[in-house]
Amino acid sequence: MSEILTFHFDVDGDDFTSAGQASVQIKKNLRQLGISPDTIRRVSIAMYEGEINMVIHADGGDADVSVTEEYIEIVLSDHGPGIKDINQAMQEGFSTASDSIRSMGFGAGMGLPNMKRYTDYMNIDSVVGEGTTITMRVNL
Amino acid sequence: MNNYEHSVNLDVSKCIGCTTCLRHCPTQAIRIKNGHAVINEKRCIDCGECIKVCPKKAKKAVCNKLSEMSEFKWKIALPAPTLYGQFENLDDVDYVLNGLLKIGFDDVFEVSAAAEYVTAYSRAYLKSANIKKPVISSACPVVLRLICLRFPSLTDNILPMLPPMEVAAMMAREKAKSEHPELKDEEIGVCFISPCPGKASYVKNGFGSYKSKVDKVISISDIYFELISAMDHNDNIESISHSGMIGIGWASSGGEATSLFNEAYLAADGIENVNRVLDQIENDNIPPLEFIELNACTGGCVGGVLTMQNPFIAKAKLKTLRRYLPVSQNFLTKEQQESIPEEFFFDEIPTYYPISRLSESMSESMKMMSQIQKLRKQLPGIDCGACGAPTCQAFAEDVIKGVASEYDCVLKHRQILKEYLELKDDSSDSL
Repeated sequence: MSEILTFHFDVDGDDFTSAGQASVQIKKNLRQLGISPDTIRRVSIAMYEGEINMVIHADGGDADVSVTEEYIEIVLSDHGPGIKDINQAMQEGFSTASDSIRSMGFGAGMGLPNMKRYTDYMNIDSVVGEGTTITMRVNL
Repeated sequence: MNNYEHSVNLDVSKCIGCTTCLRHCPTQAIRIKNGHAVINEKRCIDCGECIKVCPKKAKKAVCNKLSEMSEFKWKIALPAPTLYGQFENLDDVDYVLNGLLKIGFDDVFEVSAAAEYVTAYSRAYLKSANIKKPVISSACPVVLRLICLRFPSLTDNILPMLPPMEVAAMMAREKAKSEHPELKDEEIGVCFISPCPGKASYVKNGFGSYKSKVDKVISISDIYFELISAMDHNDNIESISHSGMIGIGWASSGGEATSLFNEAYLAADGIENVNRVLDQIENDNIPPLEFIELNACTGGCVGGVLTMQNPFIAKAKLKTLRRYLPVSQNFLTKEQQESIPEEFFFDEIPTYYPISRLSESMSESMKMMSQIQKLRKQLPGIDCGACGAPTCQAFAEDVIKGVASEYDCVLKHRQILKEYLELKDDSSDSL
């Protein structure tokens, strides 16, 4: 297997208006690598949902994307409140987002389900009070 | 897509390589090489932003001249509705249309009339089953090219219907042939009076396998003074205009979308906004919408670079002009609404052409990107443009692609020079 290409993004939790920037950037990078449009779309949606979640719930965090010739891996890690019940969080429509966030059209409870739907592998590692790390993979 | 004929050109003698266009190009298609701008034809979408911002007026749109219409026996003008918004105290579109006849055209066919047919058929299309929503308007040629180059996953959302300019050309030809059966096809010349270079490119290149039915494109600004002096307001003029509020409304942003009588729409204008909206549609981050109208120019077609008036003033003038017009003057019968005629559709949407791809091979692309990342970290990151690339990132890409030299970066060059001089100082000290 050849080298692994990595991209790092700081997801700023203070500025809600900038949420979604990393997803736009990774889309550009993947286009340059010649990845198929369908795969790019899946990665950017998964990444976007994850980014929004980190901003809404965890004051931001880190997004690391690794690209190999076999797969694209996205690791999102934050030091937020953690997820109490992962099974419940994975249910469509479940959300703990505040009313003000919902009034902007977010918090529909589709973030995690969408991330799972658009990727080939997803793992959530979360400790209440310490933070959450989500690893997703899209196979090429 | 490789042999795309553009309509934005550079007068090298006027260009001073000032980097203004470099910063404004939405697809990063411009570089400064040997002291002047160079446009990368594969990336250019003919939006005309560089023409708008050039302080030296070195960027020009390439259009036809009115005199070129003399090669046709029967000359038809297709005025864009934007044209009507360019005049002082105009209270009747017929003054403009009669003026066009006076300056040498044998007939006029309003693009706004064709637009009303496109609107009516679009309403029918939105009701059909098995179409991908949201449907994206096909009217702005710059947006179409942008989608095909940068948003491949959205090509299926494009309204597969011909834009009003093409429908107008088709109908104008049919009309000429039925009124004058003695005319041969090649004797009929159809000339679009255009607000933008994007339309000129569309006419030259077509869309996918579709070949444009327009023969020549003349800019509004080029024909303006000749036309204005031919517009005599005291004349007992012929009543020609056959379009209503809807058709003329197409000239400004939102006009196309509102006429669909479907509340679930979005209308965005200005190339930066268009880019952002397309990004969000691709991320599924928009409310459930039926129709998206996108115009590359601010304010819609009235913001085209080949117009005479400020887009907002033109829009206000059009509003006055539309006030006492019927809602529409071109309708479909119940039967016509049932099935949209074949000739209103594109045969195919062009395939995605990945312009930004670094190399044909994925492993080679990955190697290059890793080199780009490494070089990018060594660059100052102030995006000054002095190297001739719009950003440090774009410069790093150019260097790794082999089309620029690392030493073109002024700050990096200075640093190397400084290190060299310090080295020299050190060695002279030791003597």
